[in-house]
Amino acid sequence: MATQHLEHSGVSWKGQQLGHKHSRIDTLDPRLRIIFTMIFAVVTVFSQSFPSLLAALSFALLSALFARLDYKRTVRRVVAMDLFIIFMLILLPFTTPGDALINIGPLQATQQGLLLALAIGLKANAIILMTLALTGTLNATTFGHALSKLKIPDKFVYLLLFTVRYLEVINREYKKMRNAMKARAFTARSNLHTWRTLGYLFGMLLVRSLERSERILAAMKCRGYTGKLHLVSTMKIQRQDYLFTIIALSLSAVIIGLHFL
Amino acid sequence: MHIVDGVLSNPVLVSSAGLTLLGVAVGLRKIEGDDIPKVGVFSATFFIASLVHIPVGPSSVHLILNGLIGITLGWAAFPALLIALLLQAIFFGFGGLVVLGANTLNIALPAVLVYYLYAPLLRRSTTKLAAIWGFAAGSSAIALTTVFVGFSLALSGEEFLIAAKLAFVTHIPVMLVEGFFTAAAVFLLCKVKPEILMGEPHLSAPPSAPKTHP
Repeated sequence: MATQHLEHSGVSWKGQQLGHKHSRIDTLDPRLRIIFTMIFAVVTVFSQSFPSLLAALSFALLSALFARLDYKRTVRRVVAMDLFIIFMLILLPFTTPGDALINIGPLQATQQGLLLALAIGLKANAIILMTLALTGTLNATTFGHALSKLKIPDKFVYLLLFTVRYLEVINREYKKMRNAMKARAFTARSNLHTWRTLGYLFGMLLVRSLERSERILAAMKCRGYTGKLHLVSTMKIQRQDYLFTIIALSLSAVIIGLHFL
Repeated sequence: MHIVDGVLSNPVLVSSAGLTLLGVAVGLRKIEGDDIPKVGVFSATFFIASLVHIPVGPSSVHLILNGLIGITLGWAAFPALLIALLLQAIFFGFGGLVVLGANTLNIALPAVLVYYLYAPLLRRSTTKLAAIWGFAAGSSAIALTTVFVGFSLALSGEEFLIAAKLAFVTHIPVMLVEGFFTAAAVFLLCKVKPEILMGEPHLSAPPSAPKTHP
């Protein structure tokens, strides 16, 4: 089990305990996984024809299977995104001008609108699946290191690594304060008192965060920090990476090629 | 307030990605080596805050808090928010990859605008007045975000206009909650640690002097 370091339940931070089943994807070079996720996303977003989009979605589904993504967690995330966009997709056929398809009362659904909604749904689902399969299976720290090796500015990478590191710590601090409130009989309801109290809670959390960050900086300085962190990790292109590159490039070519059919 | 991949038109995607890149570059330039822990820990704090459900009426909402982020981080809001959105897109599948630029711009630009509008006012107000400015900052940041999201949609195609208008109307309660929440947070910060509200010029200020005990 390779541990995947970021997870939340939608309501609160779940942290770093969850793992995912090991797969061949985990043996690939993190840099390549990030690059091909990006290439796939760009190619898919810019595709206009349905054969390309269907191909993209099926490649994404295959990758998700290949990466042995946790079935329940992945479905939950994909469905959450679909529910998030469903209202816009339902509205689209009625707001897009074009040839009438069906009439519901005064409203008229158009063919163009329906196709547009369908295209958006396909693109969004294909990209989310591919992202979760290729990059989402990376350890968050490895992801930061890979970004650094891809020449993303140092400061940005440091900030990302700090954010990932302290999510867990700050969440613990939050839970502690929330427990203290519970002990004093606080329950969250839809009223001004709740909103104000939670505002105070996060104001206090910011105060503690500032003080914590001062302690962190002092500790870093004590160990010789001068604005540079050394990210030690070796990433090497191996045999399976060449194979992956060939497959990924040819699949991208298929998506682009179907466009011209 | 996220837009998913596949919705926006190519010119909107490219131009907002360019503007976000610019904003992140300015933000990174303003952050000095010694600010890294502070901005990183704050970024984590706002990330946790955005996961919390706040009850509103029969339902509940997630807060974005870009008003508070703007007041406390200034231009550093751009990199901090890009990181949060990047992590959400990659590890939770929330949002999208190609629209990352647009999503970041729509949330971080209001944060920076609010910073310029309200941070100077906050610096020279009494605690009570600061809470009122806090309300204005919190609710106007989220209102601006809704408007920007509407713009990105409307510029991508007129057929999205109705969805954009609906989004604005349904977000009015969120604006109120963000306002009350930010007002309370600012009120507390004013009393407990006013230097947090000093924002960007103090990003690189030395850690607060140790308290001297008599």
